[in-house]
Amino acid sequence: MNQLIISAATEGAAAANPLVPNLWEMGVVLAGFAVLFFIVVKFVVPMFEKTFAERAEAIEGGIAKAEKAQAEASAALEEYKQQLTDARAEANRIREEARAEGAQILAELKEKAAAESARITAQAHAQIESERQAAVVSLRSEVGTLATTLAGRIVGETLEDDARAARVVDRFLADLETQNAGVAK
Amino acid sequence: MHLPAILPWGAADGFSKQMLLVILSVVIIATFFLLAARKQQLVPGKLQFAGEAAYGFVRNSIAKDIIGGRDFIKYVPLLFSLFFFILVNNIYGAIPVIQLPSFSHVGGAYVLAAIVYVTWIGIGIKKNGLRYFKLATVPSGVPVYILPIVIPIEIISNFLVRPVTHSLRLFATMLAGHLIVMIAGSGIEYLVMQENVLLKGTSVLVLAGAIAMYMLEALIMALQAYVFTLLTAIYIEGALHADSH
Repeated sequence: MNQLIISAATEGAAAANPLVPNLWEMGVVLAGFAVLFFIVVKFVVPMFEKTFAERAEAIEGGIAKAEKAQAEASAALEEYKQQLTDARAEANRIREEARAEGAQILAELKEKAAAESARITAQAHAQIESERQAAVVSLRSEVGTLATTLAGRIVGETLEDDARAARVVDRFLADLETQNAGVAK
Repeated sequence: MHLPAILPWGAADGFSKQMLLVILSVVIIATFFLLAARKQQLVPGKLQFAGEAAYGFVRNSIAKDIIGGRDFIKYVPLLFSLFFFILVNNIYGAIPVIQLPSFSHVGGAYVLAAIVYVTWIGIGIKKNGLRYFKLATVPSGVPVYILPIVIPIEIISNFLVRPVTHSLRLFATMLAGHLIVMIAGSGIEYLVMQENVLLKGTSVLVLAGAIAMYMLEALIMALQAYVFTLLTAIYIEGALHADSH
C-alpha cells in the first residue's frame, strides 16, 4: 500500500492533479448512467407509479364506497323515521275516526232506540186504546146481555126483542152514568 | 492519482476498478428495483415495500417537496436515477475489500453535474424561451444602479460556479473520505510494523480514530447522494419557476 501511494505521488504532476478527469472513466459513467436512466424511465418508474395510482384509487374507492354506504344508511334511517311519523299520524287519524264513528254509532243507536221506544210506546198506547175500546164494546154488549138476561130472569119476562132490550139497556146505562156522575159530585 | 488499471494490469489508462464498480452499480440498482417492482401488489411484500420506500423517498421527499405542482413526476426518473447511482457508488467506499467510492475520481462527478447542468438550462429555455437568461440573471425588485454589480454576480454564481461546486462537492468529499480512511490504514500498517512496542501500541489509537472516521464517511456518503439530488431538484425548480423568483 505504501509503495502504491509513493508510486502515485512520484508520477508526473499532471497525473497527480485530482481535478483532471480520466476520459475513459467519464465515458463509463456516462454510459452506465444512461443505461440506468433508461431502465428507470422505461420500467421502474412506470411500475411504481402504476402501483401508487392503483393503491390511491383503491383507498379512495374504499372511502367513496363507505361514504355511499353511510349516505344510504342515513337515507334509510330518514325514511324509517318518516314512515314511523306517518304511521303514528295514521294511527292517530284512525283512532280519531274510530272515536268519531263510535260516537256517531252511539248517537244513532240512541236515536234509534229512542225512536223504537217511542214507536213501541205509541203502539202500546194504540193497542191499549183499541183493546180498551174493544173491551168497552164487548163489555157494553155483554153487560147489556147479562143485565138483560138477569133482569129478564128477575122480571120473569124474556126480553127477546133486541130493540126493546137495547133501549132498556141504554136507559139503564144512562141512569147508571147519571148516578155515577151524581156520586162523583 | 489514479489507481492502476485492471485491464491491462497496472497500466495508467485502462479499464480501472472504478469503471468496473460503476457498471456493477448499474446492475445492482436495476436488478434490485426491477425485482422490487416486478410483482406489484396493492399490499406489498417485504422486497416491494423496501423498493417502494426507496422510490417514495426520492419521489415525495425530494421531487414532490422541492419541485411540487403537477410537473414534478416528469423529473422523478432523473432524480431517482441520480440518487441511487450516487448512493451505491458512494457506499462502495464503506464496503470492505471494495473500499473505493467511484466518485473519488472526478470524471464521474463532472459527467453527472454536466447532465444536470444541461437539463436545468434546457428546462429553463423550454419554459421561458431565451428570456430565461434574463430571468435567471436579472433579479426583480433590485434598484437599477445596483444591477451592474448584481448581474455579473448572478451570471457567475448561476452559470459558472454552480456546476463546478455541484460536481466538486461530491468528488471532494468522496476523495477526502477515501484518503482519510486509506491514510489511516497505511498509518496503522506502518505503526504495527515498528520494532518499538510502545510505538506499535499507538496503532490502536489510530485504529479507533479510523473507525470513527469510517462511520462519519459512511454518513457523508449517503448524505452527499441526498445533497446532490436535492440540489438537482432545486436547480430544476428554479428553472421551471424562473419568472416567479
